[in-house]
Amino acid sequence: MEVLISSGLIRGLGIGSTYALLAVGFVIIYRATSVVNFAQPALMILGAYFTSVFISTAGMPFVVAVVAAMLVMAVIGMATERVALRPMVGRPPFAAAMVTVGVFITLYVVAHRLIGSRVRAIRDPWGLEQTDLLGVTVSQIDLAKIVVSLAAIAVVGLFLARSRLGLAMRATSLDQEVALAQGVNVGRMFGLAWAISAALAALAGALIGTVAGGFEASLALVALKALPVIIIGGLDSIKGAVIAGLFVGIAEALTRTYQPRYADWLGANFDVAVPYVIMIIVLMVRPYGLFGTREVERV
Amino acid sequence: MIGTALQQRRGRVAGRPALYTSYAADQAILNTPTKRWWTVALAVVVLALPLFLSRDLTSLMMTVFIYAIAGIGLNLVTGYAGQVSLGHAFFMGLGAYTAAVLGGRETSQVIGFELDMAIWLPMAGVVPALVGLAVAPLAARVRGLYLAILTLGLVFIGEHIFKEARPITGGAGVGRAPAELVLFGMDLRGKYHLFGYILPRDAMFYFVCFAVFVILAVAARNLARSKLGRAFAAVRDRDIAAAVMGVSLQRTKTLAFTVSSFYAGIAGALLVVVIGQMTPGNWNLFLSIEFLAVILIGGIATISGSIMGAAFVVLMPRFVSELAGAVPFISTAPGSGFLTVFHVQTMLFGALIVLFLVLEPRGLYGLWIRVRNYWKAWPFSY
Repeated sequence: MEVLISSGLIRGLGIGSTYALLAVGFVIIYRATSVVNFAQPALMILGAYFTSVFISTAGMPFVVAVVAAMLVMAVIGMATERVALRPMVGRPPFAAAMVTVGVFITLYVVAHRLIGSRVRAIRDPWGLEQTDLLGVTVSQIDLAKIVVSLAAIAVVGLFLARSRLGLAMRATSLDQEVALAQGVNVGRMFGLAWAISAALAALAGALIGTVAGGFEASLALVALKALPVIIIGGLDSIKGAVIAGLFVGIAEALTRTYQPRYADWLGANFDVAVPYVIMIIVLMVRPYGLFGTREVERV
Repeated sequence: MIGTALQQRRGRVAGRPALYTSYAADQAILNTPTKRWWTVALAVVVLALPLFLSRDLTSLMMTVFIYAIAGIGLNLVTGYAGQVSLGHAFFMGLGAYTAAVLGGRETSQVIGFELDMAIWLPMAGVVPALVGLAVAPLAARVRGLYLAILTLGLVFIGEHIFKEARPITGGAGVGRAPAELVLFGMDLRGKYHLFGYILPRDAMFYFVCFAVFVILAVAARNLARSKLGRAFAAVRDRDIAAAVMGVSLQRTKTLAFTVSSFYAGIAGALLVVVIGQMTPGNWNLFLSIEFLAVILIGGIATISGSIMGAAFVVLMPRFVSELAGAVPFISTAPGSGFLTVFHVQTMLFGALIVLFLVLEPRGLYGLWIRVRNYWKAWPFSY
């Protein structure tokens, strides 16, 4: 029971909440520009890199470093949108998505170049500490991931729901031309969506980068797991992204804990493939994800 | 009189190369004398290349043919039929391992049947095609970006299966030797004479690769200009309109996936022979992206574009490393200098995908059309 909760549920929720963070970033960009941003993994790893640099080189405290990295990444995200994605407005979403693939490769090489072959560490305040939660010993870092991620998602949700800018963003995602007619600067909304998404990716990077022993550039590929998450949740649903993120995280952690014991024939590291297996099963039942809106086509 | 009748049946008139009197003549693959002559010239040059090139350049040329085969396959499903696939690497891996099992040597680690290339090469296409056929019903249900991510899942699940199926693939990080090159009982790696010259060791395999490439390219071009090809384009441009006109979406998408997987499998089987050894981890997302780059840089929904794209993607890294000595901030040794050759190659890749999509969505093919039209009207601007 203790194993089930600590290394199954809590760790799963910890991983899952970082997936949810990344997935919300995907959804925000998708809703604003109907583009799936394949560059998100590269944005995440750069965020982790900047956090680690700000901590170890500039000597900032963890929280300040994370916020600074989020700001830097927000600027990089906005710049990427302006340079690479703005010219694609009005072109098919497939072409724009391929542009983000190109951006991904380029930024990924930059990350490789910056991080190099050595591992980098993020000196987070939690480390390997454990704490007692209702009689179960759990890692503090897992709890921190859950709290920080869900808080960040809540802030973004509030921003979208309550603020004037959030309203403008929702209007843009609903209908760009109408939003334009109402005086919304649609281009700026695209930039803002990328900024928020990149900042969330940076935060996710800082949280995922706390892995024991430090991280390498190849950690970026972890962020690809947010792709099945958004498909399971539905491409345009923030609620779906959060629920699916947590669900996939738990499924993965449970697989990692129990599959070697009960289903060894599936092979080592089967948990890596689990999100994709779940995705295929969900797509067989619901081609638009669990919470996604069905595309209605007029002929 | 007989001559005139013949000409009319062929749809051509002597002395009037640009006049077509039948639909077939207009739609012919090589419909102008210029195209015909240049194609023959190009084929002669390409066939003579292994006699003059060094061995590494010969194998680079073979890689071009193989990338072109895989690129044409991806272009059929993504360019012509509009179904974005990131799963190409998975089908290539499947083809490579089918070939290795049927044509490879048995060792204590892996199984192999040492069959003839005439058996393993077609089977390397058929097995992925069957798997593509099995996946297609699911893929036909989802559209656009959902499909892209679904096929991405295929790559990750496939990578996991390849890593675990040790008797077939050799296991993660190890891999296995590719199939043996024996075609109709003739060892392609042996020494052969041509008009008294001794052919270089790779030449026979080079000719086989070229032949396979030409056959598959012509087949794809014929498919694209047939009724099925028009159905592909209709599904791509507006699936509902296509369905209204009586094009079966399910059947068209399934066919596109199956044919594309066949091409991928053949390419995978040949690629692993040229490279020598590939581990299960090589059939990953980045390989899929490389083929997307082939068709995006070459030109969406063109066969000649896929070939140009393949040549560009394969030869560009070599070109960069040849140039590296002349550019100061690029170093050839890892660890020194601002950027290594590998960094530059990969970054150029990403940047070129973005640049082509933004500036010339028709790719190299579009550039070629522009150049051709400019010279057609020269010295007038239009």
